[in-house]
Amino acid sequence: MNDLLMIRKNLFRRRLRAILMIVSILIAFAIYGVLASFERAFNAGQERATPDRLVVLNKINLSQPLPISYYSRVGAVDGVAQLSPISWLGGYYREPKNFISAFAVYPEDWMKLRDSDFVFSQDARTAFARERTGALVGARMMEKWGWKVGDRIPISSSIYAQKSGARAWDFTIVGSFTPRIPQADTNIMLVGYDYFNETRSFGKDLINWLMLRTTSAAVNERVGNTIDGMFANSPYETTTDSEKAFQKSFAAQLGNVALIVELVVGAAFVTILMIVGNTMVMSVRERTREIGVLKTLGFPGGRILRMVLGESILLALIGGLPGLGVAMLLITQVRGSLMNFVPTLTLYPDIAVGAIGLMILLGFITGLLPALGAMRLRIVTALGRN
Amino acid sequence: MSSASDPMIGIVDLRKTFTKGKETITIFDGLNLAIPKADFVAVMGPSGSGKTTLLNLLGGIDCCDAGTIEIAGIRIDRLSEGQLAHWRASHVGFVFQFYNLMQMLTAAQNVELPLLLTRLGGKARRERVEAALAVVGLSDRLKHYPKEMSGGQQQRVAIARAIVSDPELLLCDEPTGDLDRRTADEILSILQLLNRDFGKTIVMVTHDPAAAQYARRALHLDKGHFIEKELAA
Repeated sequence: MNDLLMIRKNLFRRRLRAILMIVSILIAFAIYGVLASFERAFNAGQERATPDRLVVLNKINLSQPLPISYYSRVGAVDGVAQLSPISWLGGYYREPKNFISAFAVYPEDWMKLRDSDFVFSQDARTAFARERTGALVGARMMEKWGWKVGDRIPISSSIYAQKSGARAWDFTIVGSFTPRIPQADTNIMLVGYDYFNETRSFGKDLINWLMLRTTSAAVNERVGNTIDGMFANSPYETTTDSEKAFQKSFAAQLGNVALIVELVVGAAFVTILMIVGNTMVMSVRERTREIGVLKTLGFPGGRILRMVLGESILLALIGGLPGLGVAMLLITQVRGSLMNFVPTLTLYPDIAVGAIGLMILLGFITGLLPALGAMRLRIVTALGRN
Repeated sequence: MSSASDPMIGIVDLRKTFTKGKETITIFDGLNLAIPKADFVAVMGPSGSGKTTLLNLLGGIDCCDAGTIEIAGIRIDRLSEGQLAHWRASHVGFVFQFYNLMQMLTAAQNVELPLLLTRLGGKARRERVEAALAVVGLSDRLKHYPKEMSGGQQQRVAIARAIVSDPELLLCDEPTGDLDRRTADEILSILQLLNRDFGKTIVMVTHDPAAAQYARRALHLDKGHFIEKELAA
């Protein structure tokens, strides 16, 4: 026998009560695991954003276009090292439900801009730059649809049609790319802006935004001010932001996920804290006499404090760890159907480690008061001997 | 080398009071007591005479207001709470009226509790537990839980727990108060055996004159003072 066995036996002396507490903690940590993973996935773009990348948008909002002529004017600004226009296709494959995250870009410019995020083979670089109707497809998208290099795929747009009236563009997959960093999403497709621009029925010579890299993050503010100043009072005023701010505002269109996570998890944890804390106080109070006996036998107060704290921490871990397992299971189940919206959805190791830290903290907080009470308990009081 | 006449317990000028509301109740005022090693003393007296308080003071689970308490050469009235806990673990065994066993632990696990405070390994602890339970005649009840045992058997487990760390002093508070006559006699015989064959010094608080017969001598506590009485042969 050892202290751990006694802790375990004490924990389960009222089995139903212990099980109910474990289930409530399990649910709290399952909610935490799922919501924290969603929040992380929504903000993955912010995490991979590099400090020297800026995004130039229409000042009104993201849905308003900018003229392609801005490409050369912005490119001439001192401090701009690299840039590419980006247009959103609103694409789908065969049926509207098969949403495809597709962008029209200047191939060489875009690949140079995103070199820090993705790995492009030399063949893919050359072919994408050369083939007007070529498409560069990320590894996850290739895997999802079972495509391979050389396939000719019809991509329709929910926004644009071709001048001929056709809704679909036939693109040939000329290469693929893989992530260089874990947060980089490869569930995307790139096509050449020139071909797309020439063939679409409206919106000619317009883009959605410009992405650029500055010579150094230190000049970001000056570059941004210069660009926005250059287009002030024009029909297409701009706002230039860091890539991180852009990704944040993009994610915010789906709602303030971080706030939702904090509110739901906070409410769940405060409730659990009160329930478990109250139950631990009751549980220790029921054992007043036994604690008195242990002290009579010579168990020091510090050891009794550790045993009670150990019990509440063990309770939090027994409930919380399976809760994380449930969260992982739920995420695995929904990942496939949500791949287009939250492509990097997974239970990240640091979320799991953080959750384990929270479990220990929860156990510590809920056990501290009863543990201190048990430590300070006078033997004669506990045994009713005065 | 110690002999039976060496003092095990020495109390000099002991003063102990309790405060109840605004009233101060004096339990002992100038109490003196000497008990030699390997003695078996029954402490008797009316309710409220201070029998249990005396046991609490001897066991270091309560402290006195004045005077000295020396047990086996150690002034326990000078020890801190932590030192007292350490001292109790190795020098005193307690037997309570209502056994006070841990209901979720088996008989063997209950007996093993005091050994968790020692540096003994698992095997040595098991051997000591089995030996202690053999002394009280419960070798076949190692894996039984308290609720699966009779009152007498539970009290024997409590005695095994009290002796497993081989303390010199056993303090028993009404050890037979909750048992029928026959079972009480069995328990008292075990205490007598521990005194006679193992040299344990025993202080037993009891209301029962028949129980006191098992002791070597009986002390009557009345109004905070001892009166020694001869036991009937």
